[in-house]
Amino acid sequence: MKIGILLKQVPDTETKIQLTADKTSVDTSAVKWIVNPYDENAIEAAIQLKEKKGGEVIVFSMGPARCVDAMRTALAMGADRAVRVDTADGEWDSYTTAVALAEALKAEGVELVFAGKQAIDDDASQMVQLVAERMGAASLGIIETFELSEDGKSATVTRPVSGGTKEIIQVTLPAVFGCDKGLNTPRYASLPGIMKAKAKPVVEKKGAELLGGETIKIKKMGYSLPPERQPGRKLTGSPQELVDGLVKFLKEDVKII
Amino acid sequence: MDFNLTPEQDMLRQAVREFAESEIKPQILELDAKEQFSVELTHKMGELGLFGITAPVEYGGQGLDTLSYIIAVEELARVDSSHAATVAAENSLGIGPLVNFGNKTQKEKYLPKLCSGKFLWGFGLTEPNAGSDAGGSQTTANLKDGQWVINGSKIFITNASSPITLGSTVQCISGKRPDGKNEISCIIVEQGTKGFTAKEMHHKMLWRASNTAELYFDDVQVPEENLLGERGAGFKQMLKTLDGGRLSIAAMGLGLAQGALDAAIQYSGERKQFGKTIGSFQANAFKLADMATEVEAGRTLLYKACWLKDSNKPYGKEAAMAKLYCGQLARRVANNAVQIFGGYGLMEEYPVARFYRDAKLLEIGEGTNEIQRLVIARHLGCSI
Repeated sequence: MKIGILLKQVPDTETKIQLTADKTSVDTSAVKWIVNPYDENAIEAAIQLKEKKGGEVIVFSMGPARCVDAMRTALAMGADRAVRVDTADGEWDSYTTAVALAEALKAEGVELVFAGKQAIDDDASQMVQLVAERMGAASLGIIETFELSEDGKSATVTRPVSGGTKEIIQVTLPAVFGCDKGLNTPRYASLPGIMKAKAKPVVEKKGAELLGGETIKIKKMGYSLPPERQPGRKLTGSPQELVDGLVKFLKEDVKII
Repeated sequence: MDFNLTPEQDMLRQAVREFAESEIKPQILELDAKEQFSVELTHKMGELGLFGITAPVEYGGQGLDTLSYIIAVEELARVDSSHAATVAAENSLGIGPLVNFGNKTQKEKYLPKLCSGKFLWGFGLTEPNAGSDAGGSQTTANLKDGQWVINGSKIFITNASSPITLGSTVQCISGKRPDGKNEISCIIVEQGTKGFTAKEMHHKMLWRASNTAELYFDDVQVPEENLLGERGAGFKQMLKTLDGGRLSIAAMGLGLAQGALDAAIQYSGERKQFGKTIGSFQANAFKLADMATEVEAGRTLLYKACWLKDSNKPYGKEAAMAKLYCGQLARRVANNAVQIFGGYGLMEEYPVARFYRDAKLLEIGEGTNEIQRLVIARHLGCSI
């Protein structure tokens, strides 16, 4: 069985986000890149499945050449090989990204895909569903447990529903699973794993060539950062002066009473 | 000059850093306070591949270069010296001599177990009356009827009395040389051998979560084939082992200094006095600038020594320099970090208090500062 992982390289959670001068994109020049944290759970799920049932684990990622660093982490953790879909040409939104990734997955004959439930950079949370749709596969948004059936044709998963209730679902493959933190504990890339990863193949596909005429449906017009927090104002004086000052401030300055 | 690390070395640094931050850091306060060695964490470090980092792959090692090993130790020490010590001592002193001087049978018997991190091995050199004067050791081994009979004692031996220790390499006087001087040999002694006692040492000021032992030999008998390498080669083996060991102690100093610096930078940005963060005062900002500069200098010196070793060039002088410099660096930077933390720096709740204590060993263990200066001076041609 071929097991796929969808991986996204995202800015470190501690990165201070800066915009480019024209405010149409994020300035990535000083960003430290990491593997999307939820994708680590997807990698772990795929490797655990391989360890139990055998098969081949293939990592898929969309992005420029720097993405290989993130893919190497997955390879060092135990994935077998990687496919990078290059984004140099073409226009990309969630839809075209899903189209290209689904094509790459289909080309490899992958039937079972693990992905993070969302990427922590744009938080679009669409890839699991969109990719599944394009592959003609089932999608399960957030899973907390995963068990493959004996014959390998279906899987039983649990997903949280409101009020702490668990929903137990059996799904026929092919399917795409969105992984959450609670699913497993991702392993560390071990030293031998890191050295083995060096020799594992990473192939590149041109994203634009996988689109088959499909085009973007949404276009980002610009970004704005949250407004900087204004310093607070401290009132002083007698209780009477404090009340007068506060009422005046609420009435005249911020006009909320 | 190429100062780039390989992508693998970058990944290794990241992996060890994450491991140290998420696995060791949450436990170290308690382990240090209770003076407890953690088998669980040692096994986890084994799973990460931290034992036998430079040992050959065929014996279960990782087959990596010296610099990769040094980066791993540095990253551990950035969070905690005890665990860095367990790893550094095991690689350089436990596994190293077996790799460098052991015969095939000895390597096959011990290395796979040790490289897995499931078991540990000690290196018995220092004695109660022979520290810097390593040549003045008194433990003897007499060959009688195909058995070495060992008598004497060793002290301050890392990893030699843990619940998972398999044995130790012990340096002994094995006879007299033709020139009348003592003949020194290294002999393998397994745990549980009759007459051999390994006793854990307690009440340490530092490295409190690492295992330190006193070893006693009372007519201990081991087979003749337990000799490591050639008879009479013990002193040379020890010198070679210590040259490499100095790099890992230097890495501990560098890592500790980096950890103390990181903590001080963070605290300077958070702590407010006189209405401003303390990092905005020149007294502290300049202190941080000096600390960072010294750390960078230490790293450059140490990495160069590693590069020399990995390029098969002589590195003994540079290893001693790196050990001397990074040991002192650790003490200075830890001292300044505590100063920046002020009163809170004196509380164990903050890591700089532990850094401050742990740093002192680096000026004493595996050759005191004075011995490093002696080694360096001799390399310069001084007849000292």
